[in-house]
Amino acid sequence: MIEVEGLTKRFGKKIAVDHLSFQVRPGVVTGFLGPNGAGKSTTMRMMLDLDIPTGGSVRIDGKHYRELEEPVKYIGALLDAKAMHGGRSAYNNLLCLAQSNRIPVSRVNEVLDTVGLTAVAKQKSKGFSLGMGQRLGIAAALLGDPEILMFDEPVNGLDPEGIHWIRNLMKTLAGQGRTIFVSSHLMSEMALTAEHLIVIGQGKLLANTSMADFIQQNSRSFVRLRSPQREQMLDALSEGGFTVVEADDGTLEIDGSSSEEIGELAARHNVVLHELSSQRASLEDAFMQMTAESVEYHAHSGGGTAPTGGPAAPGPQWGQHGDKGKGA
Amino acid sequence: MTAPYEQQAPIWQGGQPLGSYVSPIPVRRATLGDAVASEWTKIRSVRSTMWTLGVMVVLMVGVGVLVAWGVSLSEAALGADSALPLGFFGVLLGSICVITLGVLTIASEYGTGMIRTTLTACPSRGRVLAAKSIVFFLLVLTITTVTAALVGAIQVAMLDGRAATGQEWVRATLGVGLFMALLGLLSLAVGSLIRHSAGAITLMIGVVLLPLVMAMFMFSSSLVDVQEALFEYSIPSQISVLYDVSMTGSGPNGWDPVFIAAAATAAVMGFAFFALNRRDV
Repeated sequence: MIEVEGLTKRFGKKIAVDHLSFQVRPGVVTGFLGPNGAGKSTTMRMMLDLDIPTGGSVRIDGKHYRELEEPVKYIGALLDAKAMHGGRSAYNNLLCLAQSNRIPVSRVNEVLDTVGLTAVAKQKSKGFSLGMGQRLGIAAALLGDPEILMFDEPVNGLDPEGIHWIRNLMKTLAGQGRTIFVSSHLMSEMALTAEHLIVIGQGKLLANTSMADFIQQNSRSFVRLRSPQREQMLDALSEGGFTVVEADDGTLEIDGSSSEEIGELAARHNVVLHELSSQRASLEDAFMQMTAESVEYHAHSGGGTAPTGGPAAPGPQWGQHGDKGKGA
Repeated sequence: MTAPYEQQAPIWQGGQPLGSYVSPIPVRRATLGDAVASEWTKIRSVRSTMWTLGVMVVLMVGVGVLVAWGVSLSEAALGADSALPLGFFGVLLGSICVITLGVLTIASEYGTGMIRTTLTACPSRGRVLAAKSIVFFLLVLTITTVTAALVGAIQVAMLDGRAATGQEWVRATLGVGLFMALLGLLSLAVGSLIRHSAGAITLMIGVVLLPLVMAMFMFSSSLVDVQEALFEYSIPSQISVLYDVSMTGSGPNGWDPVFIAAAATAAVMGFAFFALNRRDV
């Protein structure tokens, strides 16, 4: 188990991580989600004692990282795939790591086999593709057969086959009772792998919830309708006890109903409909809404169209720099 | 922003803790010896080690033989002088290789990002720095001492001169080896502080050459003392002291260069340790 308490990191005037507190529990895949620059990597580096926190602490099974006897056997980490010496062979990169923690040399071949790099074990890691580099990084993380595994954006740059492989690997590892902590900036990716979710934005905790709860809370399903007899339809809906949201473009959105129900209601009241459809806001929209105020690098949306696509979601205030850094 | 929405998953499920993975690999207390084994694998598994040390050996032997050959062709015989000091020129050139390897031993880890993997596996900064220093120091000491002895033997065999005393032999071999290894260790400490290979190598070459070059241009009489100190304590003159052919005739003598190098290296290594402990990686 990893316990993060009041973790803070300041780079000059800028606060990268701001009093972050959460726990990563064993036996599940915990997703660590946030937009670029939210402080995910800094948090992970502080967990591994690579960055020194300005305040707060991280405990791994109750101990500070520096107190761990042979840390590679407690916690394996993939921070970035390039954290290896390119002039050294894959085998030797893993061998020196194994020796520093007295891990049996036979383990090196085992993990190379697990990640499927046996054939290129003697080749310099400099020539590896992004996917192979990522696999080598994962081999290094698995070397000590640790109870806790930490992956920073493991699917970045992988092909579909590689992404599929990592997803299954994480599930298998969690199934063995290990603690898995994995960061991403893609909600859709997390929805497939993580059971628990920690969302941060501008270094602050935005959500700490189970994935099931997050989905239930945030993936709103509703019916959208357009009618020339708008007032009449609104009366009919309120009579029927439906909650109606009037969208900007004049359409009506009815939460928690089905299109059949609304269609029949319209027929009973003789209301003409021009549009009737079931809608579902995606998790991606929910995530973007949650982090909208804390997105560090806003893009200007040239065409003026809402980039979210979620009908009910007005979208984050893209391009409005006025609230930057104050909202969170 | 509203307060974060929090809901923790239950820790216990059916009376059993969820996470109960126990690795079959036993955990013991890692030691400096483990770190040394790891660093030995690192230094022998990159090509730069073979290249820098190989070039050093070639330079020391090649230049040594050339100088001895040149002297043997000239009319001026060695007479009452020993042939041993002729090794100086090769050592001076070889020092550049030792500096390069010393810097690369640690700075290349910053360049490649390997340092993050290294410090994750061994969070004790002191142990990492000590292991690197031990492996590098012993490797360079052995190779330079053996090479210096080989060069000395060749030169003495090629030329007729006064037979060198045992003291002279020890200083020209072990003394030179120690001085070179310490110079390399100083470079390693500088590499750890600067964390950039090219920058640290340039700085160290400056440290070797600049004092002498600066002293040459100090014409003003008010700077005579500074000029003399720069001449006496510049690295090339200290190497010459080990060969008993001091350029100045004053200043350090005997084993002094080794002690001076050890003191300077210890001081910079202290800073390097302090910085490594305090800085983010």
